[in-house]
Amino acid sequence: MISVIPRYLFNFVFFVLLQVLILNKIEFSGYLNPYLYVLFILTLPFDTPGWLLLLLAAALGLSVDMFLNTMGMHMAASILLAFIRPFVLARIAPRDNYETGTLPLPSYYGFPWFLKYAAILIFIHHFFYFIIESFSMINFMGILLKTIASGVFTMVVMVVTLLFTYQKKRRI
Amino acid sequence: MRNFLRFIIQHHFTFLFILLELIAFILVVSYNQDQRTIYLSSSSKLAGGLFQSMNNVEQYFSLKEVNRELSNENAFLRSQMPSSFKNSKDYFLMTGDSASPHQYKYRSCKVISNTVGKHFNYITLNKGTLDGIKPDMGVLSGRGVVGIVIKCSDNFSTVLSILNPRLKISAKLKESDFFGSVSWDTESTLYAILDEIPEHANVNLGDQVITSGFSATFPEDILIGTVEEVAHPEGDSFYKIRVKLSVDFSRLSYVEVVENIYQEQQKQIEEDTKQ
Repeated sequence: MISVIPRYLFNFVFFVLLQVLILNKIEFSGYLNPYLYVLFILTLPFDTPGWLLLLLAAALGLSVDMFLNTMGMHMAASILLAFIRPFVLARIAPRDNYETGTLPLPSYYGFPWFLKYAAILIFIHHFFYFIIESFSMINFMGILLKTIASGVFTMVVMVVTLLFTYQKKRRI
Repeated sequence: MRNFLRFIIQHHFTFLFILLELIAFILVVSYNQDQRTIYLSSSSKLAGGLFQSMNNVEQYFSLKEVNRELSNENAFLRSQMPSSFKNSKDYFLMTGDSASPHQYKYRSCKVISNTVGKHFNYITLNKGTLDGIKPDMGVLSGRGVVGIVIKCSDNFSTVLSILNPRLKISAKLKESDFFGSVSWDTESTLYAILDEIPEHANVNLGDQVITSGFSATFPEDILIGTVEEVAHPEGDSFYKIRVKLSVDFSRLSYVEVVENIYQEQQKQIEEDTKQ
């Protein structure tokens, strides 16, 4: 268990920097904002304890917030994501449950499973984030449109990112 | 306590989630200008609405006080009305400025006891001679004539209400100026009888019956009631008119006692003439 800490520490820094330095420069007409950093929470091991999940999500969201000057918004959305993750995982578990020693990655359970898993959580995260961003329900259709556009875009970027690591994981 | 702790530990995931979300929201509203504005405005709207509805409830508790104040003010304002000043008939123009001598003074009183169901009905007021109330003063409510003060102690007075056959009030018809007297026939608390209207008078249903101002007790033109039914008994040269009283005696709470400053003078000269 200890041995995985450096890897996730690297992941943490990598995703925050990726988000802050590159992805946040991409903004088409205000509707496309990919928030790929959530991938860090999505790929944490199955047996991560709940409290650690929440704390890591809070730390991740807060780090992104500090750079993007959106204090607390990403934090709130990430915590929600971390809270819902166990329920979603339990809901879409394969018939013989998750094998020990595996990670929630397409390398282990295939792309269709992972896309379903990621899509649910990413849309919830984005939806919640955009609600907090506008902080009112007046422009609900706008929020929904932003969620769908950005969510799809995040999924696309995520798939591209995963393709880099896909081969590597399989070799392990 | 142990159960409570166990409950917390059992659901630590949820509690931690709620705690962290709260922290996040506090951060959101304290560091982001837009969200802060929305949060502050909506929370002040909420608080304002809450205080508004609290106030709506609280108002009911102070209604008594407010009623008393309003009724005091009514009495004061009535004293300021042109009809409260003695008019000099030397000129035709009605002038009612405060330089004219004051004729009527109003004092607001609360009804502390009232009967309507008896044959002789009396009302008790919460003010007496110490407040300047004397027998023979008129008693009005906002709707019309109530009765006449008959006895006063230091702090209380009793009023002969219209619903008492011993009281006769000089009245007239507003339309035609024929005068008569109103008294109670003990039948219904809603009606009284207007007598002594001559048979050649033209009386219509719904005509207003008002005080004549002859008695030196009431000012002129105070409403008593409206004509409900006109009867003409055989062999009598007067109408017997049923008057629907404008005051609902069964729910009387605040009244005004009117003092005619020239009452003594008027009575004196009337007495002198009779001798």
